[in-house]
Amino acid sequence: MTRWLPRTYLTLVYILLYVPIVVLVVFSFNESRTGYAWGGLSLRWYEALFNNRAMVNAMWNSLWLALSAATVSTVIGALTALALHRYRFRGKKLLNGMLFVVMMSPEIVLAISLLALFLLVGLQLGYVSLLLAHVTFCLPFVVITVMARLSGFDESLPEAARDLGASDFTMTRTVLIPVIMPALLAGWLLGFTLSLDDVVVSTFVSGPSYEILPLRIYSMVRVGLKPEVNALGTLLLVFSLVMLMLSQWILIRSKR
Amino acid sequence: MHRVMQQPFKTAVLILVWGWLLFLVLAPNLLVVGASVMTRDPVSFLSLPLNLDAYRQLFDPLYLEVFLHSLYMAAMTTLVCLLIGYPFAWALSKVGKQRQLILIFLLIVPFWTNSLVRTYALKLILATNGLLNSALMSIGLIDEPLQLLYTEGAVIIGLVYLLLPFMILPLYSVFEDLKQELLLASHDLGAGRLSTFIHVIVPLTLPGILAGVMLVLLPAMGLFFVPDILGGSRNLLVGNVIKNQFLDARNWPFGAAASIVLTVTMAFLMFAHRLSKRRIGEEGA
Repeated sequence: MTRWLPRTYLTLVYILLYVPIVVLVVFSFNESRTGYAWGGLSLRWYEALFNNRAMVNAMWNSLWLALSAATVSTVIGALTALALHRYRFRGKKLLNGMLFVVMMSPEIVLAISLLALFLLVGLQLGYVSLLLAHVTFCLPFVVITVMARLSGFDESLPEAARDLGASDFTMTRTVLIPVIMPALLAGWLLGFTLSLDDVVVSTFVSGPSYEILPLRIYSMVRVGLKPEVNALGTLLLVFSLVMLMLSQWILIRSKR
Repeated sequence: MHRVMQQPFKTAVLILVWGWLLFLVLAPNLLVVGASVMTRDPVSFLSLPLNLDAYRQLFDPLYLEVFLHSLYMAAMTTLVCLLIGYPFAWALSKVGKQRQLILIFLLIVPFWTNSLVRTYALKLILATNGLLNSALMSIGLIDEPLQLLYTEGAVIIGLVYLLLPFMILPLYSVFEDLKQELLLASHDLGAGRLSTFIHVIVPLTLPGILAGVMLVLLPAMGLFFVPDILGGSRNLLVGNVIKNQFLDARNWPFGAAASIVLTVTMAFLMFAHRLSKRRIGEEGA
């Protein structure tokens, strides 16, 4: 009894977690317009999706934003992790604390604080405001990913590089960067996905000049059911799954 | 000589990081605190004089009711997540190592997929003529479709569905660290299963419980799109109120005060979490 009970329980919860996702994927191939009854296999919603110019435009905007936000946050996050790992400096605890608070605080708190800032300094809401906001909420995730990698790392290598006369910059470039490479890739992929999925922060800091995908979906699903969303959701799902598997593969392979 | 060489690099990195965090984290948060004690202004959003009207407005019966209802739904969400997640994490920690990796992977897949799309998928299931109602009717359990969508229950289901992994992961990590010897010792000293659970397992997993509560309770008050899609206009979260005040009603001081309530809740939970961890550290030593 003690063996099958936990297993049944685990299986049951996994089924509940995955049923909605499976339903979404199945219904994305549904011919029927009503959305509830099965009307035969069809790709019409995928077709409708790609014929919708505003949708395709929002898709490109989102991809570009996620790409740039992930890249900027990886660069800054990696430097932060290296600084926290290597240097002793004043306010280190405060820096750590701020990163932790960003990660823990509800997205909506971050969202309104950034909106207030952008309006105060007169920054027009659009690509730049979205980029600054997305980098800010991705940053702590990159930092902890890289820190985790650095903490399990043999300290004698950078010491040796120093003794051989390498400057800090050279040592970082030739010794540390290769070591943290897998963490950088994993952090980048995580940042990319977080940015692509964000609704809460983007709702506040985006403007009409730069429409992104999650906000377009949001405005569609608030009123009734839209079969195109099933198709779009399925595509996003496959996309995130590929990203996730890639990042896990990188991390696992690097441990061997 | 390399001591001198390293300075420019170190300085540049520190300026960049500090600059980013001071400008985009500290300053904005101070602005929100400032906004909450200012006066509402239709043109420039905020104006003087300073006052505590926004905080007084939080206790206006109309808003107080919304807040309490939101808190209730968030608390229910957290409780359901804990009740499902605690045994789940326990069972997960008992599975073989290789299989554990796969199961955890399956758990974080939803975290990586679009939460808006997943909330929408629940709508397909819960709608009046949706899958759940059709299934129940076809097996003859009910004669007429149940009103599942646009209820308090739908919002709680949606929040649990989105937030469950955030409860399970910290719990799983404390169960992983739970030393089997302590459980054996408790048995050897004559404690029964229930007694071991209450006096040994629960206190040792308390940091995980509190971390999970923190990761679920706060988003459960803020994720405004869940009630928007599943809950109708009567089941609002604090997040919906904040969003309305900032983007529609343009009452910034009130929106800011509401958001400070969330921040204070977070600070309180973080403090409790720290405290529980320290206690275990002392007892373990």
